[in-house]
Amino acid sequence: MQKKKISNKIIFISLTIVTFLLYWYGKEIANYFDSKWLVKYPKHYSFPFAIYTTSFVKWLINEANFWLFTFNDLTRFFAWIIEQPYNVVLAIFSKGILKGQGQDAIQIMEPLSWISVVGIFFTLALYTRDKFLIILVVLSIVYLAVFDQWQSSMITLSSIIIAVPIGVVLGILLGILSYKSKILEKIITPILDLMQTVPVFAYLVPILVMFGFGPVSALIATIIYAMPPMVRTTLLALNNIDPQLKESGLMSGCTERQLMWKVLIPVSKPTLLIGVNQVIMLSLNMVIIASMIGAGGLGYDVLASLRRLDIGGGIESGIAIVVIAIALDRLSQSFANLPTLSKKTQQTFYNKYKKIILLILYIIGIYILGTFFTFFKLFPKELMINTSLFWEELVKYININYFDNLESFKITLLTFFMLPIKKFFLGIPWPWFIFIITIIGWYFGKLKLASLCLLMSIFIVTTGLWEKAMITLYLCGSSVIIASIIGIPLGVWAGLNDRANKILTAFIDTLQTLPSFVYLIPVVMLFRVGDFTAMIAVILYALAPAVRYTAHGVRNINNQIVEAALISGCSQRQLLFKIKLPLALPEILLGINQTIMLALSMLVITALVGTRDLGQEVYIGLTKADIGRGLVAGLCVAFISIIADRIIKAGSNKLKNKYGIK
Amino acid sequence: MSKSPKLVCKNVWKLYGDNPKEFLQSHNNNPDKKTIESAGYIQAIRNASLEVYENEILVIMGLSGSGKSTLVRCMSRLVDPTIGEIFFENIDMGKLTKKELIEIRRHKMGMVFQHFALFPHRTVIENIAFPLEVQGINKKEREKSALEIIELVGLQGRENYFPKELSGGQQQRVGIGRSLAVKPELWFLDEPFSALDPLIRKEMQNEFLKIQNSLKKTIIFITHDFDEAIKLADRIIIMNEGRIVQIGSPEDLIMKPADDYVKEFTEDLPRERLLSVKSIMDNKKETNNSVKVYEDEKIFSILEKVLSEGSVSVIDKSNNVVGSLSKETVSKFINN
Repeated sequence: MQKKKISNKIIFISLTIVTFLLYWYGKEIANYFDSKWLVKYPKHYSFPFAIYTTSFVKWLINEANFWLFTFNDLTRFFAWIIEQPYNVVLAIFSKGILKGQGQDAIQIMEPLSWISVVGIFFTLALYTRDKFLIILVVLSIVYLAVFDQWQSSMITLSSIIIAVPIGVVLGILLGILSYKSKILEKIITPILDLMQTVPVFAYLVPILVMFGFGPVSALIATIIYAMPPMVRTTLLALNNIDPQLKESGLMSGCTERQLMWKVLIPVSKPTLLIGVNQVIMLSLNMVIIASMIGAGGLGYDVLASLRRLDIGGGIESGIAIVVIAIALDRLSQSFANLPTLSKKTQQTFYNKYKKIILLILYIIGIYILGTFFTFFKLFPKELMINTSLFWEELVKYININYFDNLESFKITLLTFFMLPIKKFFLGIPWPWFIFIITIIGWYFGKLKLASLCLLMSIFIVTTGLWEKAMITLYLCGSSVIIASIIGIPLGVWAGLNDRANKILTAFIDTLQTLPSFVYLIPVVMLFRVGDFTAMIAVILYALAPAVRYTAHGVRNINNQIVEAALISGCSQRQLLFKIKLPLALPEILLGINQTIMLALSMLVITALVGTRDLGQEVYIGLTKADIGRGLVAGLCVAFISIIADRIIKAGSNKLKNKYGIK
Repeated sequence: MSKSPKLVCKNVWKLYGDNPKEFLQSHNNNPDKKTIESAGYIQAIRNASLEVYENEILVIMGLSGSGKSTLVRCMSRLVDPTIGEIFFENIDMGKLTKKELIEIRRHKMGMVFQHFALFPHRTVIENIAFPLEVQGINKKEREKSALEIIELVGLQGRENYFPKELSGGQQQRVGIGRSLAVKPELWFLDEPFSALDPLIRKEMQNEFLKIQNSLKKTIIFITHDFDEAIKLADRIIIMNEGRIVQIGSPEDLIMKPADDYVKEFTEDLPRERLLSVKSIMDNKKETNNSVKVYEDEKIFSILEKVLSEGSVSVIDKSNNVVGSLSKETVSKFINN
């Protein structure tokens, strides 16, 4: 055993040394042997995945045929199914019922007035019996009216109202099916992994091509993006049900269907509601991205402002999205945590549905009042507050007064931190890099992980995107390093101190409810475009899990172990460094893993501020509607994150096994 | 106790692993333990045969991992045995279709679980009425029957509580109630009281006996607690490593343990409190003793009489002398 440990150490050190030598002298060696391919993968050897993918999708759309109908018919059919309820909801919240076409259309019924929408959310919040929440929700909706975001907000809200139920129902059904069939579970799990790691931009293009530009495509993209966690949650909830509960259902004489719908699903309701919350948050996260393929609403406003560099307008719409996100997040979370009420008494119909009946009466009343007083229909223009000028001035003020400080901060980090990392990743010859990755895979997961690492990195090389992949790695790496440097100490602090924990948790919860796109706005304002801006945005977005997992790891150490350490005479500092941190390490690793995953997904979005990595490639694929280009680059990003994920998880498990903690 | 078997298990085996049936058949349906383990299979039940008689309490007793839970699940077909046959009222359980199995569970079987397995989203009355609900009985009728059962298990006034608002003992009362809702003929109890505090456990055992006295079900009761087994059982089955070691009445187990494993369980028991006069008396029918004791009386209750008299006559219920008991026999028994 002892001997093996030493040899492992020697191998590790020598590999590191070789890596650095190759990084410094790689070019010279390649030149010496006259083999440039060592440093740069030759272009003519790359396999044109992109072209094949593009032609396949084109074939699918133009020619694929399932006897009775074409592929095209199928996509139109799906689009039609989603479009119908969407139009109804849109009519209720935004457009009203129109008669006639286009310009000549006459509104025969008004959409819900802002006061009615406030009433709806107030009623929803009433069910949670949480006074603070009721106030928060009502203020949020009023905010949308006061700050002149009403029209766009209602379009966005309508798409959420459609996307979430469809995503939830499909997710639960898929979850149930894969719970029932082990084969389906084995097929679905890797697909889910891929769906969550392939950047959204990559599948926007095929959706765009298949369903056309418009709100329906946007809805479909949103559903695809938001559904995977629901499938996972359902599967997890069903698999974690106490087998005795299942048996007691069976012994009560349930048929299979009764067992599922009367026992298993109701029992997993609390977990399922957490899944619903995730679907809502992911749908909101898609609001801006989906507007690239025609979502409209707040997302479109943000995107348009960013393109015009109208920072004030962007911030206004961005804040409106954040407000909706926070309100919906808190609302759905409280529904998930709602305690079952004790002692139900027999209720009359009126008592049971009192709130809903009153709400309907209220809406009708407001509608009638609206025909007499416009105040009840539209929030008066004179009372609206426009903040875009304020933001504009604020940015100007910061840029005038702090430009030098910001700039020197930026340049210092760029030259002394980011550039060396970039050079390092670009400098290592690709065959050596793949070799190292494979060795690491072997060390943590033997043959299975090693071959996964090998095959995936070979795929990346053969697409000809190696250099871009290295830039992605460098951006991701430097962001994760800084995020860890900031996040882990914060997490430790939160783990040790209850008050810090409360404040940080609230702060991080809010950070995590913000759609990824929103992070770009202030960063672009302060640092303009470029790698540095991208890094800062990524750090902000990806910071949360590093803090959360660390805090959780430090907090959840068995109390008896802590007591044993104290009895042995540990000081607080010794307790932290000798006991708590080592034991929390597996959990911290998982946090870093999550940070990497979030960083990679954010990196693709930062393509908008001019990075030159895989994300940019995906984005170009989107703007040029080049399906193959976007998808292949997207797959490369996915593979990078899968490699990182598997290696770190294997490492964390190895540690946990070593300590015997599960 | 009439001796017609309600449920019969014949040579039941349960192995876990890939394709265990083929493995068993290729080993003549009787591989030894080593062969099974070296082939990578896990043996849960090994060649179990038994009969359950009408209206008896049959206790299956064994330590954890002895296969008792699996055996009882094979009887209700929650788990399919690898090979072997199980007959319930002369119906071959293995040949039932899904539908027929559900019918049997809906009308003839009930089961109580170790960790209660109550549905957390349903109130007490909804839990108890659940087996009736899945049969499609209308709400009014099923709540009426559920209320009767609530009274039987002593939960009046708590009909509309949710399980988590009840104590452990009360929760298991709900579990018992639910399993009785369909008026089952065969009643499985899988370690029903193991998760309860000792005092509550004792109370529940007594209550269980009271319920059985009025209902007269055929009961298969699992426990790992030998005292509980002795207290409740008409007959006891002892299991060890998937095998049935011994089947017999509590007295049989104490007086004639099949092997050291059983003996170890019975050694430390207060035997004078468990055994009746019958099991140690001499068969010589001495009629000249003035003091008489019944053959079914427990030994500790006649100790004083025997010790002061030197010798007593033993009589049966109709006052016929069936044997005698001397001071020497008793003191030998006590000191053993």
